[in-house]
Amino acid sequence: MPHVSLTAKGSRNFKEGAIGAVLFACAAASTLVTIGVVLVLVRETFAFFSEVSVIDFLTDTRWEPMFQEQHFGVLPLLVGSVMVAVGAGIVALPIGLLTAIFLSEYAGPRLRKTLKPLLEILAGIPTVVYGYFALTFVTPLLRVFFPETEIFNAAAASLVVGIMIIPTVSSLSEDALRAVPDSLREGAYGLGATKLEVSTRVVVPAALSGVIASFILAISRAIGETMAVTIAAGNLPNITVNPLESIQTMTAYIVQASLGDTPQGTTAYRTLFAVAMTLFLITLAMNVLSQWVLARFREEYQ
Amino acid sequence: MSTTYDIDLAGREPALEAIDLSVYYGDTHAVQDVSLTVPSNKVVALIGPSGCGKSTLLRCFNRMNDLIGSARVEGRVDFHGQNLYDDAIDPVEVRRRVGMVFQKPNPFPKSIYDNVAFGPRVNGLKDDLDATVEQSLRSAALWDEVSDRLTDSAYALSGGQQQRLCIARTLAVKPEIVLMDEPASALDPIATQKIEELIYELKKEYTIVIVTHNMQQAARISDYTAFLYMGQLIEYGPTETIFTNPREERTEAYVTGRFG
Amino acid sequence: MSEANRPLGTGESTFDRRRRLMGRAFAWLCGLATSVGVAALAVLLVDLLIDGLPRLNYAFLTSFASRFPERAGVKAALAGSVWILGLTTLIAFPLSVAAAIYLEEYAPRGWVTKAIQTNIANLAGVPSIVYGILGLALFVRALGLGRSVISGALTLALLIMPVIIMAAQEAIRAVPSTIREAAYGLGATRWQVVSYQVLPMALPGILTGTILALSRAVGESAPLIMVGAVGFLAFTPKGLSDQFTVLPLQIYNWVSRPQDEFRELAAAGILVLLALLLSMNAVAIVMRNRAQAQR
Repeated sequence: MPHVSLTAKGSRNFKEGAIGAVLFACAAASTLVTIGVVLVLVRETFAFFSEVSVIDFLTDTRWEPMFQEQHFGVLPLLVGSVMVAVGAGIVALPIGLLTAIFLSEYAGPRLRKTLKPLLEILAGIPTVVYGYFALTFVTPLLRVFFPETEIFNAAAASLVVGIMIIPTVSSLSEDALRAVPDSLREGAYGLGATKLEVSTRVVVPAALSGVIASFILAISRAIGETMAVTIAAGNLPNITVNPLESIQTMTAYIVQASLGDTPQGTTAYRTLFAVAMTLFLITLAMNVLSQWVLARFREEYQ
Repeated sequence: MSTTYDIDLAGREPALEAIDLSVYYGDTHAVQDVSLTVPSNKVVALIGPSGCGKSTLLRCFNRMNDLIGSARVEGRVDFHGQNLYDDAIDPVEVRRRVGMVFQKPNPFPKSIYDNVAFGPRVNGLKDDLDATVEQSLRSAALWDEVSDRLTDSAYALSGGQQQRLCIARTLAVKPEIVLMDEPASALDPIATQKIEELIYELKKEYTIVIVTHNMQQAARISDYTAFLYMGQLIEYGPTETIFTNPREERTEAYVTGRFG
Repeated sequence: MSEANRPLGTGESTFDRRRRLMGRAFAWLCGLATSVGVAALAVLLVDLLIDGLPRLNYAFLTSFASRFPERAGVKAALAGSVWILGLTTLIAFPLSVAAAIYLEEYAPRGWVTKAIQTNIANLAGVPSIVYGILGLALFVRALGLGRSVISGALTLALLIMPVIIMAAQEAIRAVPSTIREAAYGLGATRWQVVSYQVLPMALPGILTGTILALSRAVGESAPLIMVGAVGFLAFTPKGLSDQFTVLPLQIYNWVSRPQDEFRELAAAGILVLLALLLSMNAVAIVMRNRAQAQR
């Protein structure tokens, strides 16, 4: 700060500069992490694609890297991930949004203060616990109603992942709803609107960018979710639309492959990185999309 | 201690009648035993220093205070012989019949058309919506400025245009009474003048109660003026009398600018 | 005004009745949706208590994993989790706070800063298993640290750093700028302002955010599977290069076995894990409340 002390001492300048440099290095280190992730993934994925064609990877409908006759079609894993994400979305998006509307528009301050931490606990429970819950509670319950349900099935996994991401939707959406100024609510009430109409026709549309961003983020989380689906959804790469069957997601495959004794340097080993790269690109795209929606369609209230 | 003049109702039923009306916010007695008759098709101005309870009183007339959890209302407001605060009365219907325009323009983040159509839509008045929208915009003296861009966002309008849009939005529900809470306080002088001219036109069809802190404005546009001070109605009568020959000392002090 | 003298209805028309009914139905629907989350939490906890409580005793905490469910315990996993927790804190906390200080107090406005900021926000959204891949390639293989405690801690540190950085930034931003101006006005250097004024005031917020991030690390299992932590271990780590397991992995190992006895062990293990998380969260909440009381 030379302008503070008129004749700055050299030693003090040096010390201040050094501190600034160290702090900068720490902040920049986060960029190195990203570069590291990308480098590792790109290098191994590149090696993978020199052995397996991209076309096969994207169009082959069988994922059998460990079999004698190898197949490297990522579609079954992709379908598995999408199925869990869609199922979780069906649970979490409506429930999360309605919860957000309840907390923001209906609940009094005391009720809100009690409910919010409870929902935050849902978000803080380790995913392995959700896996346990799906396998030992949800699946037996499903089998009461649908006896044909397999022990490992997509439905139970979707359901618990859905519960897990409710707080993501509800808390981000609630922030967006509460950012809508009260003057808009008053304007609508003044025209003889009911609370339902004020909430659904004025407040939610006004907060739509934030609500949609929370949806995208939650789905992205469901796709990246690992342990609950590994435990409950099974390890059977399977293109199906029946949620009661066993499937395998991209994340579950990565776990399975790294638990096994796949020798390093083989094509089978490199599948790990190709799948991780696919997963990384999908979730990154969704996160960027959610930020873009938020920035692009943000309402400037007056 | 308070003075009320005879209000000339011209043989018609009053638009609104507040009787011994009190409002409490928690322990604060914000409006104290106010009785006041609003004649039909007139402009009534509520004036007084900040915090005197004039906005709170205005919000009693369409039960907007219901939205504030801590507010409690005692007394009655009669409207066509019914007490607005009767248990059987639905506040939603009250607000449909008694519209409100707010201090700052608060258009919804929707198109100009959808802003005006909002009230008719939620109230099930969907017949001939286009005509209602046009008529409301014409009544608010905004039609000529926006008729070729009804689908534009309301936020693209200037502040004065936005406020007239909010007035059009209120008129579209076809209320009998329009409450205005300092509708020009956020606007420049030219936009203010337009709003004042509009109010003069509107009183042919509507009864208007307006809160203002601008005494010249009250004198220019209103037929009757009520002066409130610390939650009490001090004096209520024809505007000319209140401004030129008030009976209460506090009224005189306020209208001549000695405090407030 | 055709309806000028129409008396004020009391909402008895069919339209009004339907509208009121829909309003009430919607309010109930919202309340119901909110209770789904709360009810799920309750069912989850009750289910765990029924399954796990009978298995929970002192011997469970002090025994190693075993092929025989009646003798198995979480000693190795608990020790591993504590090791991981300590090491991850040591690595992630100073780095993250330094990064946050730079971004809030030192960084010039420009594309470099903006790029770093965007990058941190995006890193927070990367699935944890991808960090596991990085840990595997970088720490286990490239740096030759092997399947060790330090590899696991480094991986988890990378995972939670974005979270701590963003929480710390928020805490630092909450320090009023008048405090900084006052200190600068007295001739303090930038570092003196930061270390004597800003950091002490922001510390409770930073610590709260850090504890919440660490409780995420304690519950993580996927990235640790990648760096080679195992689910079955009969010793506790003695040094940085030792093999290790953690509570979530031990639980995963037990859940994956078909026998009911091991499922009960898993439930008991989950109760231990949740107790650990709950106490960490309690500390965070106490700190947050104390910090708010000071303001």
